[in-house]
Amino acid sequence: MLSFLPPRFLASSYAKIAGWTLVAAVILFPFFVLQAVDHNGQLSLAPMTYRPYVLAVLGVFLGLCAVFFLPAPLRALGQSCPDFAVSDVQKKGLQVLLVVGLLLLPLVSNRAELDLATVVLLSVALAWGMTIVVGYAGLLDLGYIAFYAVGAYTYALLSTDYGVSFWVALPLCALLPAALAFCVGFPILRLRGDYFAIVTLGFAEIVRTLLINAQSITGGPNGVAEIPRPTLLGWGAADLDERMMMLYVLALAWAVVVYFVMRRLRVLPLGRAWEALREDDIAARSLGVNVHRMKLSAHMIGAMIAGICGAFFAAKQGFVSPESFTFLDTAFLLAMVVLGGMGSPWGVALAATLIVALPEVSRSFADYRMLFFGMVMVLVMIFRPRGFATARRPSVVYKPASGEKTS
Amino acid sequence: MLELGYFLQQCLNGLSLGMLYGLIALGYTMVYGIVGMINFAHGEVFMLSAFLAFLAFVGLQDAGVMSLAVCIVGMFLFSMAITALYGYALEAVAYKPLRSAPRLAPLITAIGMSILFQNFVQLTQGAQVKALPPLLTGTNILGMFDHFAVTVSDTQIVLFISTLVTAVVLYAVIHKTPLGRAQRACAQDAKMASLLGISVNRVIAITFMMGAVGAAVAGVMVTLYYGVLDFYMGFLVGMKAFTAAVLGGIGSLEGALLGGVLLGLIETLWSAYFGADYKNVAAFGVLIFVLMVRPSGLLGRPTLEKV
Repeated sequence: MLSFLPPRFLASSYAKIAGWTLVAAVILFPFFVLQAVDHNGQLSLAPMTYRPYVLAVLGVFLGLCAVFFLPAPLRALGQSCPDFAVSDVQKKGLQVLLVVGLLLLPLVSNRAELDLATVVLLSVALAWGMTIVVGYAGLLDLGYIAFYAVGAYTYALLSTDYGVSFWVALPLCALLPAALAFCVGFPILRLRGDYFAIVTLGFAEIVRTLLINAQSITGGPNGVAEIPRPTLLGWGAADLDERMMMLYVLALAWAVVVYFVMRRLRVLPLGRAWEALREDDIAARSLGVNVHRMKLSAHMIGAMIAGICGAFFAAKQGFVSPESFTFLDTAFLLAMVVLGGMGSPWGVALAATLIVALPEVSRSFADYRMLFFGMVMVLVMIFRPRGFATARRPSVVYKPASGEKTS
Repeated sequence: MLELGYFLQQCLNGLSLGMLYGLIALGYTMVYGIVGMINFAHGEVFMLSAFLAFLAFVGLQDAGVMSLAVCIVGMFLFSMAITALYGYALEAVAYKPLRSAPRLAPLITAIGMSILFQNFVQLTQGAQVKALPPLLTGTNILGMFDHFAVTVSDTQIVLFISTLVTAVVLYAVIHKTPLGRAQRACAQDAKMASLLGISVNRVIAITFMMGAVGAAVAGVMVTLYYGVLDFYMGFLVGMKAFTAAVLGGIGSLEGALLGGVLLGLIETLWSAYFGADYKNVAAFGVLIFVLMVRPSGLLGRPTLEKV
């Protein structure tokens, strides 16, 4: 079609940039420029405005120029992100400092800030739970939010219908999602990873449909309201401020627990088996790892953590409805895990904090955030597949014996 | 309730729905056959094509085209051409740079692309539901069963014809042309095919475009048949089409159509006799059941995993 042009030009970056800009100009045109308006059932086109369209095409052009003319700097930028090299003692110190700082936070913050901090901590814990499944074991669980939903509804229904107290319901909120994870995972985990992704997605949709339609049990789309708030040995019942303080401390304690659980799991034989099967499950199997059981355990542990996070969520909000557990929420979680480096706790925590807190800080960002996250997810996977914040290092490294040469 | 006429009518409606699923499932199955990966953003490609068809119709009306046939042909051409370009762009951005990456990576970029597409349409076209008045309003009575007239609408006839034409064209391309031979070669062994002088990247890009065209036919037909669209429609439909592809046996064209028709029938008959509340549960239940019992689907062959 374009053979009248010299082949050297066709193979050059200029031709590619021109071609892709043209493609972008064509495919973006209908959505940006054509707008249908409805005048009492009569459809017609709105007056055309070209400004956003031109800006978008210009953006694509500049992006293409960056990709084609600056591939080396881009790649270097992708690889040279801070690779925090801190010693173990420094790390311990930093952790203690962080926890103490977070414990002191309620003293200096107002109600809204404390509420946001609680939400951030719960999201971090939930994202860490998903990191175990996606980052450690390499299972792309797109129905993770369903276990969160089951945990939340378990506490909500047990407390409102049967008056069960929070601490009694909590173990059930962990066990029920784990049992569900077993039932869903058992048949499907034998298959290849992408089937698992789709089936878990379907499972989340089934759970949501059940929550919406089983009106007599779950309250349908209206959800469950007036969930009793927990108290900790009588602390937190006095007034709103005390309750929020207590919930914040609970969320912080839970996040710390999840952190230690995932750190320990990673260096246990279980965690190493997960890592092995994430990298290559056939090789892992041939080394004697029971792949199916390992995958199932990761799936179930992840579900337990999600269930307890759900119970905390229900207790904090005092209200749950199916609206809180859509695919969009799974997408947010996945964005946290992917941007955070698929297995690095601090990276995930940083990504979760940014993703939850940024829309609160800037309202205009809220409209564009999903567009932005989708784009960043793609770019991160292409230019820095190990994630934004930190590098994911193998937990066991082969150390050559003395005298042996390293290449 | 168990009257023959009602049952036949529901079967006919289920068949129409199933053809839509089948058309989208063609794209899943072709891409899976060649790159061995689920094109996660395929449902969104379908959503884009439905919007393109809608915009094409409004644009043609505005330009003063009165003839319905010209309008429909225009919708098909416009939507298919631009959707094919979207398929091409999707492949180039989300799959091509990650050809040698771990399997999880392209899946995540595809999810990123589908989030991107959804929000792109929401921001540019608005979040509210778009409605199009029914264009083809005629219905034809096929027969009477106990005073129950079984009818087929003109839209359904157009749907049947366009589905069959698409399926036959795709089948002919894959089985009778040099391009199809290259596609089958890549599906069998991409490395060997490239050694024999086939440009594997080009073949994969063309396969994505062909899948997108199938989705575009479905998108136009949804616009004609239901006339209701929003930016979120691709998610559920895409998942059901994937279910159809798995049910029929992923990697097989005939299987995709068969799976689509079966799923459409199951869903419609379930809604007709048990109510519509749990029809999605039924559809995904089928998916989980098939994967448990016969993961290779009805027409697929069991595959050995290669190292």
